[in-house]
Amino acid sequence: MAGSILGNRVLRKEDPKFLTTGGVYVDDLNSEPLLVGALHATFVRSTVAHANIANIDIADALESPGVVAIYTAADLDLQPVSATFNPMAKRTLLASNKVRYVGEPVAVVLTKLANQGEDAAEKVIIDYDTLEVLIDIEQAMTSTTHIYEECGSNVVFDSTAIGMPDNTGDAMFADCEVVVKGRYINQRVAPCPLEVRASAAAWDTDGRLIQWMSTQHAQGARDTIQKANSLEAGQIRVITPDVGGGFGAKIAAYPEELVLGAVAKKAGLPIRWLETRSESMTALGHGRAQIQYVTIGGTKAGKVTAYQMHVLQDSGAWVDLGAILAPFMTRPMASGVYDIPKIEVRTTSIATNTTPVVAYRGAGRPEATAAIERAMDMFAAEIGKDAAEVRRINLIPKFLEPHATSIGQTYDVGDYEESLNRVLAAADYTKLRAEQAARRASGSVKQLGIGVSVYVEITAGSSAGESAKIEVTHDGRAVVYTGTSPHGQGHVTSWAMIASDQTGIPMDKIDVVWGDTDLVPKGGGTMGSRSLQQGGVAVHVAAGELVEQARKHAARLLEANEEDVVFDKESASFHVTGTPAVAKSWADLSIALANDGGLVQETDYVAHGATFPFGAHVSVVEVDTETGQVKMLRHVACDDAGKVLNPLLLEGQIHGGIAQGAAQALLEEVRYDGDGNPITSNFADYAFISAAELPSFEVIHMETPTPRNALGAKGIGESGTIGSTPAVQSAVIDALAHLGVRHIDMPTTAERVWSEIQKQKAKGN
Amino acid sequence: MKLSITVNGRSTEHDVEPRTLLVHYIRETLQLTGTNVGCDTSSCGACTIHLDGEAVKSCTILAAQADGCAVTTIEGMSKDGVMHPMQQSFMENHGLQCGFCTPGMVMAAVGLLNENANPTEDDIRIGLEGNLCRCTGYHNIVQSVLAAAKK
Repeated sequence: MAGSILGNRVLRKEDPKFLTTGGVYVDDLNSEPLLVGALHATFVRSTVAHANIANIDIADALESPGVVAIYTAADLDLQPVSATFNPMAKRTLLASNKVRYVGEPVAVVLTKLANQGEDAAEKVIIDYDTLEVLIDIEQAMTSTTHIYEECGSNVVFDSTAIGMPDNTGDAMFADCEVVVKGRYINQRVAPCPLEVRASAAAWDTDGRLIQWMSTQHAQGARDTIQKANSLEAGQIRVITPDVGGGFGAKIAAYPEELVLGAVAKKAGLPIRWLETRSESMTALGHGRAQIQYVTIGGTKAGKVTAYQMHVLQDSGAWVDLGAILAPFMTRPMASGVYDIPKIEVRTTSIATNTTPVVAYRGAGRPEATAAIERAMDMFAAEIGKDAAEVRRINLIPKFLEPHATSIGQTYDVGDYEESLNRVLAAADYTKLRAEQAARRASGSVKQLGIGVSVYVEITAGSSAGESAKIEVTHDGRAVVYTGTSPHGQGHVTSWAMIASDQTGIPMDKIDVVWGDTDLVPKGGGTMGSRSLQQGGVAVHVAAGELVEQARKHAARLLEANEEDVVFDKESASFHVTGTPAVAKSWADLSIALANDGGLVQETDYVAHGATFPFGAHVSVVEVDTETGQVKMLRHVACDDAGKVLNPLLLEGQIHGGIAQGAAQALLEEVRYDGDGNPITSNFADYAFISAAELPSFEVIHMETPTPRNALGAKGIGESGTIGSTPAVQSAVIDALAHLGVRHIDMPTTAERVWSEIQKQKAKGN
Repeated sequence: MKLSITVNGRSTEHDVEPRTLLVHYIRETLQLTGTNVGCDTSSCGACTIHLDGEAVKSCTILAAQADGCAVTTIEGMSKDGVMHPMQQSFMENHGLQCGFCTPGMVMAAVGLLNENANPTEDDIRIGLEGNLCRCTGYHNIVQSVLAAAKK
């Protein structure tokens, strides 16, 4: 019998479509009957960062060609709704009394043609009484101007307010021989999925709202849309076509999507909505946005004994996921891969007049890793030891039983030193250091920098499990229904591999259905690197149960004892031991059960806790000391995601992660001027990383299976991002270490690097 | 204004507003939705097509400028159900994930090889600088183009 398909480099089933006709994204739904005659929605957005709305004048705009209607919050009778993570903060889905960031939706224009909307929206005149604008989180923290007056403060979430201990200050470091302090900016970045947000809404003849969305989580969107529109359960169906990337920013439904049903109802027509990239850059959530105050202490020999951090998290102008990532994702992972006896972390999330902060690839963990890795580098520099060596001294030794860190997080399995060893060997670390020394000795303009990071992260930490259903059709095909929601990850291929492995049904006869809440009512979506280890495992379990169920039916049809019926995976059929000629195929069984509910197996898989992928990265950069220009030369990554299902897809995830992580370290930053005007609000101004700025990546495999699920799999969607950012940033700083440089904030742009070099020169270094 | 443009070997004639961009002619008038729009500053390249054999961003030119020209979109790349070697290479090298940049990326890559049949990795990286991808980190896109060049 052939071996398992699992673990092989299987090409993607979904690719031919994407490569020949392109995917079908929301804006491509041209033949949807319910959307015939749809009007096009264009949102009128705030052009100021903080103001009371004095008046909204739509008279001129109503005269604009193609305009059918213009609605404000009052027209739609929108009532204030509380933020999930701070009920004191309330807003209406379209701003009514007050605007809080540039890009906030204020009104919606409906036009016959899509291109008429922008013209009309510009003619809506909003009178603003401007208020003090708060962009800087430290200024916002103490300001008496409150973005949500009801909160009485701009601090919208603090770890101490939910019972987590406060930091004890410098007393914690009293017994340390060496203490280093740092203030690190983990800057605001834009997720930039290539497909912007798009949605369409229609009410069917039964009075149900059907809404198409570009989302990572249809079932979650269904529930929030249901609530926003005061609907009963069952009155709403969300359908997810192909989704052109999400990266965390498409987890939750946004105001534009939540209000679309009400707009369609009032207009009496279906509505289509597609934002522009320039809108998306201010209205799709941003990521990261922390300032980290870090203190690290230990012995001169290199043992770190105490680590303390106060995270100031920019929440933006709402209390969205971004407000709680610091306490629930950054804080528990603060000690990273290190055995540090004393750790304290406080997190304070602060509202500002900026785009709300949401989850972005890694969501809280890259920030934790960046902080501890930066601190390790600075500690190593302070005691004059090699950065890789100091890490080795402090790594938690290999463990195959759960390990609890002093901040209270329990990791599943880990072998951090092995990942460090592998990556250093693959990078030829010793040789790199020798080349660096040679360049320094020669006084070369192009200096070499080597950055090392070792990381551990938490995946599938916030969801309990996933459901899966497999249905066998009369022609012997299988349909897998999953509550996960692919947007590039390749679930159609992966779930078909898993189902085929158990059932023997060939992959090309297995279809995968997701993202339609009528067909898949339960589901946790795709986020937090959870899909394979929960959704994939659910398919694995369901497929196993399906085989057992089928064996029973086969026994009945073959008039044999169940224990005498064997399943031949090769031929995908069941027969009595010794008589393979008389066999029942999947099609036979499905047909036999046609009047008996069909051949279907559904499973609610309960996960046995989060998993903790880890790894080590080495980045090599060249810094031009005359211009400050950084060139990334190499990036070597050893990521351990447990048992690998499909190395091809695994590598794809790692590559994409590395690029996004490197982009943060090198180039990307969302910026505002002092008045809160976004100055990076399109792809010409935002430094979205391109192929020309990156090298090819060197990916080293390592597999330490987790005992927490049947596939031994951990998440891989975010690892690359988490490991790469600190390695790249460290490499840039390392290139200039001989000049006395200890820290440069991200992004390490040529301007910032050049300025740091000048600063050191002025000191005589 | 009335335009006649040959698209994927088929002649098309439509009356459109003069301000219509070529990408909107392709996506909305012809309903060929393989060509995508990813930005509004001609930065992302998701809308890359071939105009008289040359790769161009179809959001950057008016449909009127393509009057009398031959346009090829992603839908016109496979012949008789067989994918173009570049499409095949993207599949074999996992050069796509979410698929949104893919049609433009494939068109740009084919255009690149038309100009330089034997590019180095750097040539490819610089040649595709105007086509953005958020999923792949470009690694496998570069591999796809290198492999296609060898075919």
